Amino acid sequence: MSHDRPALGRIVLDILRSIAPEVEPAAIDPDRPLRHQVDLDSMDWLNFLVALHERLGVTIAEADYAQLVTLDNVLDYLLARLGREDA
Amino acid sequence: MIEFRLPSLGAEMDEGTLLKWHVKPGDAVKRGQVVAVVDTSKAAVDVEIWQDGVMAEWRVQPGEKVPVGTVLATLLAPGEVAAPAAATAPAAVPQSVPAAPPPALPRVPESETTPVAARLAVSPSARRRARELGIDPDGVRGTGPHGSVTLADIEAAVAAHSAALPVAAAPDRQAEMRKAIAVTMSRSKREIPHYYLSEPIPMARALAWLLQRNEGLPITERILPAVLQLKAVAAALQRVPQLNGFYRDGAFQLSPAVHAGVAISLRGGGLVAPAIHDVGAKPLEQLMRELADLVRRARAGSLRSSEMSDPTITITNLGDQGVETVFGVIYPPQVALVGFGRVAPGPWVQEGAVRALPLVTATLAADHRVSDGHQGALFLAELRDLLQQPQALAERVTPAPGQGGQAGGAT
Repeated sequence: MSHDRPALGRIVLDILRSIAPEVEPAAIDPDRPLRHQVDLDSMDWLNFLVALHERLGVTIAEADYAQLVTLDNVLDYLLARLGREDA
Repeated sequence: MIEFRLPSLGAEMDEGTLLKWHVKPGDAVKRGQVVAVVDTSKAAVDVEIWQDGVMAEWRVQPGEKVPVGTVLATLLAPGEVAAPAAATAPAAVPQSVPAAPPPALPRVPESETTPVAARLAVSPSARRRARELGIDPDGVRGTGPHGSVTLADIEAAVAAHSAALPVAAAPDRQAEMRKAIAVTMSRSKREIPHYYLSEPIPMARALAWLLQRNEGLPITERILPAVLQLKAVAAALQRVPQLNGFYRDGAFQLSPAVHAGVAISLRGGGLVAPAIHDVGAKPLEQLMRELADLVRRARAGSLRSSEMSDPTITITNLGDQGVETVFGVIYPPQVALVGFGRVAPGPWVQEGAVRALPLVTATLAADHRVSDGHQGALFLAELRDLLQQPQALAERVTPAPGQGGQAGGAT
């Protein structure tokens, strides 16, 4: 399974919208903290990570949560993981 | 004969609209089964029944809005035999408030036998069905031989009646919910003499314990700090039970079990605080699953009546929004609300030195008619101590605390 960044971005935003339906994907700034732009509480955030895991098969360690701040962070993290698992 | 009444699904609720029946006359029901869906101003709620029985008669039709306490249906208790229609309780039509009055269904006349002559024009199956539905078959136009009323005529009459009712009207949920919150919170501020206490709690041990516990576990089995806090509140209430229960009719009723109402904000505004039952008696894993399920169902609008009607205390966690301290408004008839702010590093003095530690501010808003600051302080101190021993807290699975001990005598 290989993913290019734009395709992965669409999947991630898709999942985000399933949790926060009011989100306008075009309005998300990939450099700003996601949880400042979208109203996500810790349960929403957990559900977001669970959905990423289920959809992409990527395991996100709890110790890594702190790295996942912006949309770009999330994509970087996922791409690195997916790349490693492909290899 | 069991009367199934519309329960109160929250302090602000004085009426509700029946949206749907899940069981029809003749169906057996079990204690705890969801039998109907009722729309309150806040949400559509699955209403459970608390007795076994067999559905006898719907007294309220889908679409009708009725006051709390109205008999929605009657059921036969196990072993009970259906009484003759003429002897059943009056099928009193509750004050329904439909937008447009539907064609009135002829009801079974109260304690009055149907004239024998009229019986001839109604088929036996139609008469039985009409009795089940609580309508008068003699008022239905017959299309059978010699103008007799058939089973199909009865069904058609009921269908026409239901069709004329307004469909699950969910007017402006936002405005309705705001109104409901306004009523409840105004009552709280008017009637409850609140006092407020606040205590910073070091979270280093709890977080380290959680990180270790969650490590290597699939994401779906990891536990959030909020669950540990929930558990700690229930455990601390065992020490200070005066904060757990209801203030009704001028007196406090202590609840032996902790049913924690968890404040859940809804997307687009408003909030609900449905209960997780018997928090003290459940392990963390189960609490986590139930919390996740509750949040999901609260947002999808499928809460159960028992969750809405009986929280004994409310817990609100606003830390996710980055707030440090919550000053809560008690949800009547409860007598306390526990708030948690965000968990963030802050200065902590230990052995004469200042250190940066993850801290959370826990607050208590409590009802001065029932408890005093001294007891509130004991509660927060206990909460702080419990969160310093996360392993012991996790292992603490106790049956619902009894009424004894320190419950009485406090002034």
